[in-house]
Amino acid sequence: MTLPFFTPLDDPGPDFAGLIRRLQVPVRAPASIGSSQAPVGAGGSGRAEYRHGTTVVALRFADGIVMAGDRRATEGHAIAHRAMEKVFPADRFSAVAIAGAAGPAVEMVRLFQTQLEHYEKVEGAVLSLEGKANQLGQMVREHLPMAMQGLAVVPLFAGYDLARGTGRIFTYDVTGGHYEETEHNATGSGGRDARTTIKLGYRMGMARDDAVELAVQALFEAADEDSATGGPDLVRGIYPLVATVTAAGFEAVTEEEVALRFATLIERRRVEGREP
Amino acid sequence: MTMPYYVAPEQLMKDRAEYAQKGIARGRSLIASTYAEGIVIVAENPSRSLHKISEIYDRIAFAGVGKYNEFDQLRVSGVRHADTKGYAYSREDVDARSLANLYAQYLGQVFTHEMKPLEVEILVAELGTDLHPNQLYHIAYEGTITDEDRYAVLGGETETIAQQVESGWEENWPLSAALQATVGALAGAERTLVGKDLEVAVLTEENGRRCFRRLMDIELDALLT
Repeated sequence: MTLPFFTPLDDPGPDFAGLIRRLQVPVRAPASIGSSQAPVGAGGSGRAEYRHGTTVVALRFADGIVMAGDRRATEGHAIAHRAMEKVFPADRFSAVAIAGAAGPAVEMVRLFQTQLEHYEKVEGAVLSLEGKANQLGQMVREHLPMAMQGLAVVPLFAGYDLARGTGRIFTYDVTGGHYEETEHNATGSGGRDARTTIKLGYRMGMARDDAVELAVQALFEAADEDSATGGPDLVRGIYPLVATVTAAGFEAVTEEEVALRFATLIERRRVEGREP
Repeated sequence: MTMPYYVAPEQLMKDRAEYAQKGIARGRSLIASTYAEGIVIVAENPSRSLHKISEIYDRIAFAGVGKYNEFDQLRVSGVRHADTKGYAYSREDVDARSLANLYAQYLGQVFTHEMKPLEVEILVAELGTDLHPNQLYHIAYEGTITDEDRYAVLGGETETIAQQVESGWEENWPLSAALQATVGALAGAERTLVGKDLEVAVLTEENGRRCFRRLMDIELDALLT
């Protein structure tokens, strides 16, 4: 590797994606990501099966946002991974969660994280939250050809807007279009069930604990209805990932707290004697 | 066609070295020192936005003295190199040694082949781990590279400053002691420097993955008194 220098006329500026294109660093091609063990679909359709990440949710509360995601990755009808991470810190004051084709999605998150840090270091200033959301939108848009081939990546982006002093949530579609949500949203195969759960329990200006609880409930209901969404794995001790972003920055909710909330939820259902 | 005058290579190199040294000596000096929890870098710089000290990567910092636009260009290319390498391989594969070597090669190349040498001296500092000690790579305008594991002084008139740092330097001293001693050495006998004259940054694991942090305002003033 050599030191990258550019003339002022073709300087890529703080754009990391532009830089690696210029340097011809191979962006790990999504086409090579897929299941090597089971190239043929479970139904024998002849279509390759790829790993898919499933349900992620985000909601606003009084001090910022809560983001949560289950841990299951599927390959067709099979479970491909039981402890996949779908909620990531994008930088200190924002978080990104992913649903869709796992390989390209995780790669997109890596590129996005590097992009934000690169911008910050080269420019000596942090991008605005809106700027970060736009950046992610461009990455999703560039991924559109792959999405058309069935490898869609649909992220969820949320963070704390330091200028406005509030949490904000952005959702995306495969074309890179992004839309700001005022309260909450969820994406992925169990997203519909998760959204409904949050919708029923949501109040403006919720406290942090209530918001975390609601996110946990939403994932529980999604896992209950959707086969591709993983619930709390009590046997292996694997629990969904939950994180908050507030004025204090990105903070992962501890596994003990998440485990306790699921245990309480399950116990409550049992005492109530509800149908399994 | 006129014939160019013959200039002896010795003379040519001497002239270039003098030119670069003069440019560097016009600016203020900079000191980096290890302390108990990491590395502290102190520069005399009244500007709050044009930095001499910056972050390159998780455990690597950059500092430069001399001509701002020249060392800033080196800084940006260092960030680009580190981020590209960390993205293509992994974050732990980014190290200061290879970056310092690239800088040295580039500076050496410019010194011998270009019209004008770069009027800069730079420092690449890397916070150590349990396996590796802290490293301070000092790279001069003509590409000479030296590595230190205690302190480094960059700039034009470094001898008196280096002597003063040497006389007071202690292994694993606390941050406030390291700061006071280095600031005293930068100021010299006749002057005193206060927080607003200084640019200070540390590399320490207390900051999480990205170890680089600037010390400013109240925090800096408290450490200096």
